[in-house]
Amino acid sequence: MKENLQPVVSAMIERFSAELREFRGDVTLVISPDKVLEGFQSLRDQYGFDFLEEETAVDYWPEQEPRFHVVYQVYSMKNKLRLGLRVPVSGLSPTAPSIERIYPNANWFEREIWDMFGIRFEGHSDLRRILMPYDWEGHPLRKDYPLGYEEVQFTFDAEEIDRNKPYAKE
Amino acid sequence: MLEQSEVTLDELRHLVSNRALEGETMLLNMGPQHPSTHGVLRLLVELDGEVVVNCIPDIGFLHTGIEKNMEAKTYEKAAVMTDRLDYLNNLGNNLVYCMAIEKIAELDVPPRAQVIRVLLTELQRIASHLVWLGTHALDLAAMSVFLYCFREREIILDIFELVSGQRMMTTYFRPGGLWRDVPPEFEPAVRKFLKLFPARIEEYESLLSKNPLFLDRTRKIGVLSAEDAIRWGVSGPPLRASGVRHDLRKVEPYMGYEQYDFEVPTHTDGDTYARYLVRMEEMRQSLRIVQQALDNLPGGPVRSDNRKYVPPPRSELGTSMEAVIHHFKLWTEGFDLPKGSVYAAVESPRGILGVTLESDGGPKPYRVHWRTPSFINLQALPLLSKGHLVADLVALIGTIDIVLGDVDR
Repeated sequence: MKENLQPVVSAMIERFSAELREFRGDVTLVISPDKVLEGFQSLRDQYGFDFLEEETAVDYWPEQEPRFHVVYQVYSMKNKLRLGLRVPVSGLSPTAPSIERIYPNANWFEREIWDMFGIRFEGHSDLRRILMPYDWEGHPLRKDYPLGYEEVQFTFDAEEIDRNKPYAKE
Repeated sequence: MLEQSEVTLDELRHLVSNRALEGETMLLNMGPQHPSTHGVLRLLVELDGEVVVNCIPDIGFLHTGIEKNMEAKTYEKAAVMTDRLDYLNNLGNNLVYCMAIEKIAELDVPPRAQVIRVLLTELQRIASHLVWLGTHALDLAAMSVFLYCFREREIILDIFELVSGQRMMTTYFRPGGLWRDVPPEFEPAVRKFLKLFPARIEEYESLLSKNPLFLDRTRKIGVLSAEDAIRWGVSGPPLRASGVRHDLRKVEPYMGYEQYDFEVPTHTDGDTYARYLVRMEEMRQSLRIVQQALDNLPGGPVRSDNRKYVPPPRSELGTSMEAVIHHFKLWTEGFDLPKGSVYAAVESPRGILGVTLESDGGPKPYRVHWRTPSFINLQALPLLSKGHLVADLVALIGTIDIVLGDVDR
């Protein structure tokens, strides 16, 4: 861990009871959903993390609770520091607070997470699907969403193909 | 037609102004099949006469589900899909993906492979900027620049074909190094390009930099302040043209970028012309890096000899039983990465290209997320375009330099 990141990390651990994880030089804090807004507000205003570089989610299905993690990377342009955050989100009614008011560019990141994982962001101004068609059902990047495949037809017999794949004629 | 627009308006009611609902301003659909949108970008533009009041980007037409597909492939097979994300920065996508794997696996990359990686990604940066310059000028009705740019881009693509067998979908960088060493014709080909290209940049500049039509269309168009750029997460040339000296090659050097002598061009105006100047200068700086890399190209292997991740060379298979076992294991089930999650990022031609790679200890990536620069930079388009003419909107799409494969993934 970089020297000048240490005070930020200790303050976050103390104030927001965050849990520190270090892996291959990446510093990540795990923080509970009810402290996200306060946490990011103080990260941006007091510690100068002014650039939201990455926001995404991971699905740990079939683990029941907490099923999702929302993963953030914030960057400080002034101090050249990078900090990762993780927020566990329950799988029963997945909701997380939106940080759009703190970092405006979270808007599309959170729309993408809603689209792909079905995590609702409270306080988001425009929570619509972004990549999938607007009438799509389900959230594709969830682990219980099947990838889908097409069976290879080892024949040139059109009738047999029609029997195997009735939808191909449509 | 009518029905369609009614549905759209209702869905987007909260995004347009009250004047649009009363019929005072007009809603115009632009794209997704519009040549100036650089792919399949759809914009819903709210217009007051010819002035843009608001524009709402609608993306996802090129969504191919690469992130989901990668979860079903082994690490090495999934690398093939990284080329298809940003199809003007194929090697850069390969690079960041390999870097993420190397970070989790703590895999060393031999010095020769590192230098060749830098050399090729800088050539890729030039090729990408050439496409940007050509299409940007074409959008502003300067047709001939496009033809000149693609002439030079062709030389770079030929170099890629020389080393990897493919002009665009190279998959040349592999975890732990390169697919194979560069052929002997590689060095003269790059030297020839280095000798030829500086004069060609001057040629483009002589066509555009002082062209009154180009100046009218780009100066004071889409001014982005440094604060706004940071707030909206804009990165790459648009950020640097707004006066923020942020380049990952300098602030968090990877692949030995700290050994190269190059400048990070910036500008303070933050308008379309400033972004043009920054990208033109970036091409010159990339040339300097390529020159240094080629002059100091070290010898040695191009792939790590860690046999748990990198398959043994063909020559060992005849004599070593262990090599046969490794070969078999790596090509049937792939390698297992240690459990954990990392974030790796590089400076792509368009900005910060990041990968969040999570491994569950198995041979397939558990989750890959691409933080793509086009996706985030495009979000600033409504901010940039407010108050400008529709014709300038075309210039603004060009100046952000989006690649729809990168936006929709």
